[in-house]
Amino acid sequence: MSTSVATAQRQFTARMRFFHWLTAAIVLTMLGIGVAMVASLADYHRLVSIHRPLGILILIVVVIRFVNRHYSTLPPFPATMSPQERSVASASELFLYALLVLQPLAGWGMLSAARYPIVLFGSIHLFPILPHNVMLYALLHKAHTVLAYLLFLTFLAHFGAVLFHTWVVRDGTFSRMAPWRVRLSQNERAS
Amino acid sequence: MEGRRSDTNSPDDSSSSTERQPPPLTKASTFVRFGGVGIVLFCVAAAFLYVGGWFNPEALTPQRFADGFERVDGIHSGFRLNHAKGVCVSGAFESNGQGTRLSKAIVFKAGRAPVIGRFSLGGGNPYIADAPKVIRGFGVLFKLPDGEEWRTAMVNTAVFAVHTPQAFYDRLVASQPDPKTGKPDPEKMAAFLAAHPETMQANKIIQSHPVSSGFANSTFYGLNAFWFTDASRISIPVRWSMVPVQPFAPADTAAAQGDKNYLFDALIASIHQHPLQWRLIITIGQPNDPTNDATIPWPDAREHVDVGTLTLDQIESDESGPCRDINFDPLLLPEGMAPSDDPLLSARSAVYSQSFTRRAGEKELPSAVTPSEVRK
Repeated sequence: MSTSVATAQRQFTARMRFFHWLTAAIVLTMLGIGVAMVASLADYHRLVSIHRPLGILILIVVVIRFVNRHYSTLPPFPATMSPQERSVASASELFLYALLVLQPLAGWGMLSAARYPIVLFGSIHLFPILPHNVMLYALLHKAHTVLAYLLFLTFLAHFGAVLFHTWVVRDGTFSRMAPWRVRLSQNERAS
Repeated sequence: MEGRRSDTNSPDDSSSSTERQPPPLTKASTFVRFGGVGIVLFCVAAAFLYVGGWFNPEALTPQRFADGFERVDGIHSGFRLNHAKGVCVSGAFESNGQGTRLSKAIVFKAGRAPVIGRFSLGGGNPYIADAPKVIRGFGVLFKLPDGEEWRTAMVNTAVFAVHTPQAFYDRLVASQPDPKTGKPDPEKMAAFLAAHPETMQANKIIQSHPVSSGFANSTFYGLNAFWFTDASRISIPVRWSMVPVQPFAPADTAAAQGDKNYLFDALIASIHQHPLQWRLIITIGQPNDPTNDATIPWPDAREHVDVGTLTLDQIESDESGPCRDINFDPLLLPEGMAPSDDPLLSARSAVYSQSFTRRAGEKELPSAVTPSEVRK
């Protein structure tokens, strides 16, 4: 890729931004459903019935997104970011990907180990990925809970970092992933 | 795995120089902006905790329900919070095809479905002595040919004694034995009943049905209402029951003397002699029949449809059998069946799941009805 094109690219590609906001919407909904359902009697069944298919949807979206990322050109980091910040950003991005893959797998695995039918909708259900073993279920259930809180904290850190860059450093970090098209960074427009 | 990132470190990269640094912020402005970040993050975290019920500690949750069971009946490692004492049975359900006009559920197509079941006694004590008055439970898991499952958890009373999860919990708390006397405080139960006329009414109905001599000749009722949907998408409210083929005999209190497991031992002996059978009867509700109140029976005149016969020919100890690690969640329904608006259903599903999760991680202790007792 030539330098002139690289410098012109300020934003993630339209497809990457679409997947980002799709993931954000589903994952935040899912975190809300998850934390609500475990404390609910009246809505437990309804929420669990949404939780299962939505979890599998996340798994599918994240895998597609990861493949898409592999074949996409990423915009450069903002010049304001130090090499250390860049490696932290890259590592946390990878960590989020890992969580988003592991969490649905933990859920699927835990239902398998409990010998629950893994119903998506109607009579459509998934095959078990682990043998019936309640100790394994108990372990994965704990892991699913820990991963959920970890996912929420990682989201907070990610969101906080973007807010910090956008409001305090003012390097246009948000516009890189903005759902709409931004031709130039705000700083450049201001100049 | 990494997508190409346009490289800002290349020598002729001009991206750094083209990006103008915005004018520096004043101290106050930096402070306000930092504060903004903090406030937004705080609000997001608070919203998350709010949705999770953290600001409403008085609300009845599956965890509080489970704690209530453990307070009243004690903690029994590896056992269900309720219906702790039980045995595993297995066999098959032979559908006669009559149910297909009520529901498109595959279980009703004429044919055979393997079944795993569990007979149990109510309460959280896994070593409770068998007695006629203790509630008998029957959980059944139907393995359907397309990989679906139908699970149901029934008891031997025609109606349920409470009609909301809160009432169930309050009754549980009222039944807690006083540490001094070892017995429930009669005043607390009287106060509960005074506040719950529907429970008084339900108890009258329950007491009007004589208790049978054992598990084998007990009728088991699904209690809650459900919806069945047929192939043309017409839905009807239903309840179901398992009616024994074994003839009724009244409970014999003399039999209870001496053998703490006399009900289970009688069940073991009869299954070893010949298979036990129940007919699955679907009761079809009319538009005005309540679907949200398990304390109220539907009129006797409602249509009953015999949809098939359950045959049990195997029995095993809870300890070594296939049912101990199964959650008989009453909302694991196949396509063609759906929950009604009965508030107990979702709560049962939630609390059963909580009970299952707790015991799954606990060390399993021996069952009251041991493997050697079942082999006799």
